[in-house]
Amino acid sequence: MITKRIIPCLDVRDGRVVKGVNFEGIRDVSSPVELARYYSDSGADELVFYDITASAEGRRLFTDILRSVASQIFIPLTVGGGINTLDDFDRVLKCGADKVSVNSGALRDPTLIPRAAKRYGDQCVVISADVKRVNGRFTVFARGGRDDTGREAVEWLRRCVGEGAGEVVLNSIDTDGVRGGFDLEMLAAVCDAVSVPVIASGGAGQVQDFVTLFKALPKVDAGLAASILHFGEVAVADIKKALRDEGVNVRL
Amino acid sequence: MTGIIDYGVGNLFSLQSSFAAIGETCFVSGNAEKLRAAQRLILPGVGAFGDAAGKLRESGLFDFILEEAASGKPLLGICLGMQLLFDRSFEYGEHEGLGLIPGEVRPIAEAIPEGLKIPHIGWNALTYTRPSALFKNVPEGSHVYFVHSYHAALCDPSTTAVTEYGGTLTAAVERDNVFGCQFHPEKSGRVGLAILRAFAAL
Repeated sequence: MITKRIIPCLDVRDGRVVKGVNFEGIRDVSSPVELARYYSDSGADELVFYDITASAEGRRLFTDILRSVASQIFIPLTVGGGINTLDDFDRVLKCGADKVSVNSGALRDPTLIPRAAKRYGDQCVVISADVKRVNGRFTVFARGGRDDTGREAVEWLRRCVGEGAGEVVLNSIDTDGVRGGFDLEMLAAVCDAVSVPVIASGGAGQVQDFVTLFKALPKVDAGLAASILHFGEVAVADIKKALRDEGVNVRL
Repeated sequence: MTGIIDYGVGNLFSLQSSFAAIGETCFVSGNAEKLRAAQRLILPGVGAFGDAAGKLRESGLFDFILEEAASGKPLLGICLGMQLLFDRSFEYGEHEGLGLIPGEVRPIAEAIPEGLKIPHIGWNALTYTRPSALFKNVPEGSHVYFVHSYHAALCDPSTTAVTEYGGTLTAAVERDNVFGCQFHPEKSGRVGLAILRAFAAL
């Protein structure tokens, strides 16, 4: 049976990883290639790179490092950040990305997902949403969580999937950075609404949070992890061993 | 030297990089004369079967692949490239394939219970049904990376590995010098590289 995936997420600015700290055995923790290799060797099932650069020059550096990661790391790579047009899809796919994650770009241009899915296939298009409770309603935020779009999240994600998104990354702003566990309530609502893989993001603070996630919500396919891994307290293999011990199917 | 057949379908960057990583030479070409010089061929592919089969025919590579396979040259189809090896596919209509391996390509939905997600996407384990040169350095139960909504059916005599996803799905096939992997060896980490290395040694 298919395994639950653990996916480290790396934020890249001007070609360097932001938040890379404290890894034994890695000389340059802000080198995307070195970090990617470290994660791949320690059992990551996939890697996500978010380009948080604003400048054109930074964007060029990003595609350079993406190409360099993709030429050395042989697991699936997803790229997000600044994806607004089909040309953006083309740019990162040519550099070795397997999937492209869209967020604000899909909110701005409702035709982006259907056009990308038609050209590259559903499996290539990931809809990523930053969601926060506003007056008890799951609401989509744009521009990295800054702008309230007023859209109801479950309906938005159902529509994106209907138009060709092959995977959903659900990032709960309410639990993000708190490190108190994933947002099970929000994830359950989305899992019930869509038929494609759902990747949980936001809130992982300890190994047990992943066990709780997959035990409570067997429909969740993957867990995204950023700070819990980058600070070096926990390795991907630690998470997977704990999951295996609890009877969750993982690749070890 | 391995020739990777370029017929305008899919991204060949990772496949080329994989060969560099295992220290084997390869080249990408859509030119039959250039590809004829290769000792073995890889037929990659993502996307829809009908489009891909059409592109192979338009480019003249369809007949070239048949000739090369008949000459005994090792040929490896990956993902959609594996599906193209079969007689026909029922993806959006009915389309004729290369017919190098008996069998047909049908929706996964027919093979698994309702409620499971399609595409079958992620890492899944290999179960061997008979020995294959491709897997000589890969222990049974190893995980490889799949992304597909259709699968090869009615191909039991050629099947070398399967994977479980509610039902049994064909993971790899082999018939004489023709090989196919439904999964992506170039995205399957060390296990995938071992499979490509085994093919490059044929």
